[in-house]
Amino acid sequence: MGTVGRGARNRLERNDRLVRLALLVVAFSAVSVLLIITVFIIEQGTPIMFKYGLKSFLAGSSWYPSEKVFGLWPMIVGSIYVTLGAMVLGVPFGLACAIVLTEFSSKRVRGVIKPVVELLAGIPSVVYGFMGVVILVPFIRETFGGPGLSVLAASIILGIMILPTIISISVDSLQAIPPSYREGSIALGATKWQTVKMVLLPAARSGIIASVILGMGRAIGETMAVIMIAGNAASVPGSLLAPVRTLTSNIALEMGYAAGEHRQALFATGVILFVIIMVLNTVANVTASRMKGGRRG
Amino acid sequence: MRPRRIVLSLLALCVALSPACRGARGQTDLTLAGSTSIQPFADKWAEVFMETHPDYGVNVQGGGSSAGIQACRSGACQIGMSSRELKNDEKDLVEIVVARDGLAIIVHPSNPVRGAKVGEIKQIFAGDLRNWKLLGGPDRSITVVTREEGSGTRGAFQELVMGKTRIFKGAITQDSNGTVREIVAHDPYAVGFISLGLVNTQVKALDLDGASASEGHIRDGSYKLVRPFLFVSQGEPSGHAKDFIDFVLSPEGQELIKKAGLLTVR
Repeated sequence: MGTVGRGARNRLERNDRLVRLALLVVAFSAVSVLLIITVFIIEQGTPIMFKYGLKSFLAGSSWYPSEKVFGLWPMIVGSIYVTLGAMVLGVPFGLACAIVLTEFSSKRVRGVIKPVVELLAGIPSVVYGFMGVVILVPFIRETFGGPGLSVLAASIILGIMILPTIISISVDSLQAIPPSYREGSIALGATKWQTVKMVLLPAARSGIIASVILGMGRAIGETMAVIMIAGNAASVPGSLLAPVRTLTSNIALEMGYAAGEHRQALFATGVILFVIIMVLNTVANVTASRMKGGRRG
Repeated sequence: MRPRRIVLSLLALCVALSPACRGARGQTDLTLAGSTSIQPFADKWAEVFMETHPDYGVNVQGGGSSAGIQACRSGACQIGMSSRELKNDEKDLVEIVVARDGLAIIVHPSNPVRGAKVGEIKQIFAGDLRNWKLLGGPDRSITVVTREEGSGTRGAFQELVMGKTRIFKGAITQDSNGTVREIVAHDPYAVGFISLGLVNTQVKALDLDGASASEGHIRDGSYKLVRPFLFVSQGEPSGHAKDFIDFVLSPEGQELIKKAGLLTVR
């Protein structure tokens, strides 16, 4: 009997090791996919940047790939404009919404609004783009003039698209503040609004900053909706009503027929986008981890 | 037992998937690749051709004119499709004109401007002519809509209208004939260019140098914006490729594209 028991036990241990190995392979495959993407994009994209000179690539203001003129400056500026525009609209609105949800509404109201806001995140971006084309673009064209496909249209749609990110992370960080902060502030005679302004917002600061940066990452990376409503002109926009092309649109728009150096230039566009997003994510991670450390102390 | 079962099913999946890819390729006798402007018509030809020739498999792929010519040269497909003229270093391939397509300059139907000179169109797309007033229209700035770099339609427009002049940077850029038409159909001050076969009642095609964008004016040469739709092959086409091209050029094959708004060659 004893030997049979030991045999079964051995087999169980061997299975355990097998499972552990299988899980390890699965875990590392996710990491290796990131690694492969990084290596591939850099390998495909960087040679052309150095061939034509990093400066002319980044600061050149003309993009005519068929004539071998590769200047990404309009797209870099375009991405920054559109993202800033989305921030200007999305951050105050999202933050206000988060404050109302955590501090000024009953549990029942919160139970309705928060899931609805989170549903916004589940709407595919092509649907946002479609709404933009059908409703927003004609509205802008008829009210303010210009083609309608513009920095303004892209900023508004992106501003709405980043709301769920900003609201849900801000709500989490506001709710994570210990009740004693609120109680102490009220006990000192502060009004509710004073408490929010002077105690809660500073206490949740790093969480809110992280939410803004993640929202920014979403805005920079968005492609489909932007292609549909931004007009995609490869020039630095002169006004809010002028069309604009972002880095992501540049890739998606021209991917279809690009060959040779044109294709490499699109990969180079990807490299720049990759660097920007990596920087943003790192900043977000650092602030988020500082938030956790701060609360414990 | 369980982990082994997982490994086995993963293996089974791999084995099951690999011949699936091979099988699909094995059934195809003839592959066409290239211009996405020609692709929908080639699909139509292939569909009707396979109805009458059930023993043939015809596979039509996109990729763009340049990619199609490349694929033909490398042997990845028997027939390449090009919606622009062959360049000098591509002239070693045999080309067959299978249809011709007009390029229409389109505006909103409410636009009072009915026609323009090709030179004026060039100035508009170069960004030098910015107001409809200069063409006898309203005092509003022109919204210029173009196609993305690399598109065959843009290539043809560049060649036929712009020459060496660049399309200006501020032009709105879209990646299909359909979206260009959609923008022009909704913006009263927009102008764009699309394949003549795709003009519908939502937009108005401008007369150029006094000739309307009609089949008659294209045939007598007074409407200048025409591009060929080419099939290219390495050497004279033979076997399956020849049978298919014969069908395309037959009255039946040409009738199919006439209905779709293209110009026949026979």
